[in-house]
Amino acid sequence: MGLFSKENREVLCNPLGSNNPVAVQVLGICSALAVTAQLEPAIVMGLSVTVIVAMANVIISLLRKTVPNRIRIIVQLVVVAALVTIVSQILKAFAYDVSVQLSVYIGLIITNCILMGRLEAFAMQNGPWESFLDGIGNGLGYAWVLIVVAFFRELFGSGTLFGMQVIPQGLYDAGYINCGIMLTPVAALVLVGCIIWFMNARAEKAEKKK
Amino acid sequence: MAFIKNILDKMKPTFSEGGKLSAFGSLFDAIETFFYVPNETAKSYGAHIHDAIDSKRSIFFVIIAMIPAILFGMWNIGSLHYAAIGEATTLFGSFFYGLGVMLPKIVVSYAVGLGIEIAVAQWKKEEVHEGFFVTGILIPMIVPVNCPLWIIAIATAFAVIFAKEVFGGTGMNIFNPALVTRAFLFFAYPAMMSGDKVWVNQSYMDSIGGPSADALTAATPLGQLGAGETVSYDAMDTIIGTIPGSIGETSFVAIMIGAVILIWAGIASWKIIVSTFVGGALLAYLCGDAADLNFQWWEHLTVGGFAFGAVFMATDPVTACRTEGGKWIYGFIIGALAIIIRQFNPGYPEGMMMAILMGNLIAPLIDYCFVQSNINKRMKRAK
Repeated sequence: MGLFSKENREVLCNPLGSNNPVAVQVLGICSALAVTAQLEPAIVMGLSVTVIVAMANVIISLLRKTVPNRIRIIVQLVVVAALVTIVSQILKAFAYDVSVQLSVYIGLIITNCILMGRLEAFAMQNGPWESFLDGIGNGLGYAWVLIVVAFFRELFGSGTLFGMQVIPQGLYDAGYINCGIMLTPVAALVLVGCIIWFMNARAEKAEKKK
Repeated sequence: MAFIKNILDKMKPTFSEGGKLSAFGSLFDAIETFFYVPNETAKSYGAHIHDAIDSKRSIFFVIIAMIPAILFGMWNIGSLHYAAIGEATTLFGSFFYGLGVMLPKIVVSYAVGLGIEIAVAQWKKEEVHEGFFVTGILIPMIVPVNCPLWIIAIATAFAVIFAKEVFGGTGMNIFNPALVTRAFLFFAYPAMMSGDKVWVNQSYMDSIGGPSADALTAATPLGQLGAGETVSYDAMDTIIGTIPGSIGETSFVAIMIGAVILIWAGIASWKIIVSTFVGGALLAYLCGDAADLNFQWWEHLTVGGFAFGAVFMATDPVTACRTEGGKWIYGFIIGALAIIIRQFNPGYPEGMMMAILMGNLIAPLIDYCFVQSNINKRMKRAK
């Protein structure tokens, strides 16, 4: 079996589209609402989750035959907690401002349903390489939804992207006002709902073609 | 009138399936049924109960009932405007100024809302529903006079799509779309919905693009009350409605004329209106006392959106309770909640919008409890 055989490609790509953890499985919504007011923290959050899911998947996949079944959840938690702590420390050291913005939500990755879901559903049954691809796929599937939501929230809520003003000053002078509701989690919920709507409509169309 | 029918009949094939303009079929259908009651009847199977008027006709009664409040609102805009800039004016002078300020808002609200409704109906191959005729006139009435047009357009689009169409269109919505519009405006653009710069119009431009930096300021009675200041309006002002406020909501008298029309036509439930006022009066009596600020407890029922909400919003047949007993509880909860929010939440001097949305939310639950208790009662009798 090649490194990028058809099955492996599916493992990597399905979570981006037809089996997206946020838009299809509706997991990890809590952090998707909390960290998407601006683009930068959303990207950092998405990358952090990607790294953690991928590494945790590999580690658990390597341990899957030695861990007694009864205590597997505890072992998974310890592995995830260790990885989250490492990522959190790295962020504090090299990207302090972002880590302040993300505050507790990096720590709360431990409780992110996507992680435990992938460890239980995939890493416990598959080899390390497949698990790694699955982790990357799910992490990026989570990340793109966050980034799309954050893009619209920051653009319409603050008129900026990455903290830089994109909506021209002339428009503000003409009476344009930032939409305050975009800064609240309400807008994130509506936007996530729109993405789910879009994904479902696409899936339905694909079904009809078959 | 026969010539309209002739024109419509002649045009029909063009808009029907396969015709040249079939893409606009739902628009044509809407216009046709606007003029004439459709002559199709229900199929002969099953039992049907028919009312003499269809929903398009009954909705016109609601609009007729709103006319006093609309006309008064227009006059009030002009009257406040001329008083603030210190010019003398006549009854008609004030009215026509207000008409000019109000008309763009009505046009924008109808154009955006009906545009989306027609697009969705065409896309889903359904008829255009008539519910938006009322929503479209409600929206301009529940915003301040200086609310910019583009903001009204965005909020209307949001409400029609996310509060109505995603639930399945007219008759399926949980929340009153006009109130969702207002809630969206309130949370998205608070500076355009509250404060003291939005209530009095200085020039036509204020009402189109929003208040300018040096816009005229005026506080509403509830705004003054919320800030703990002495209310500068008499009880008589609040009953007649010569106070700043959202366009259609200021006049208690005009709204009550509307209430009488609605109840007489059998469209609004008098139980909801009465119980809303009872709930509001009780809570206002218990905790709304601000006599030292020149504000009697019963004035809570005449200021802000209380009367307007109780008569035109809470009674919306789609989002209100359907069980007769439930209507009493539903209205009471709305009235009581509105006063509780006004009194105990310093962030929101006005609570009617939230109270009705909350009432919409729990209406199905109230109905469920009443239906269940009825079933239980009858089961007991059967045993």
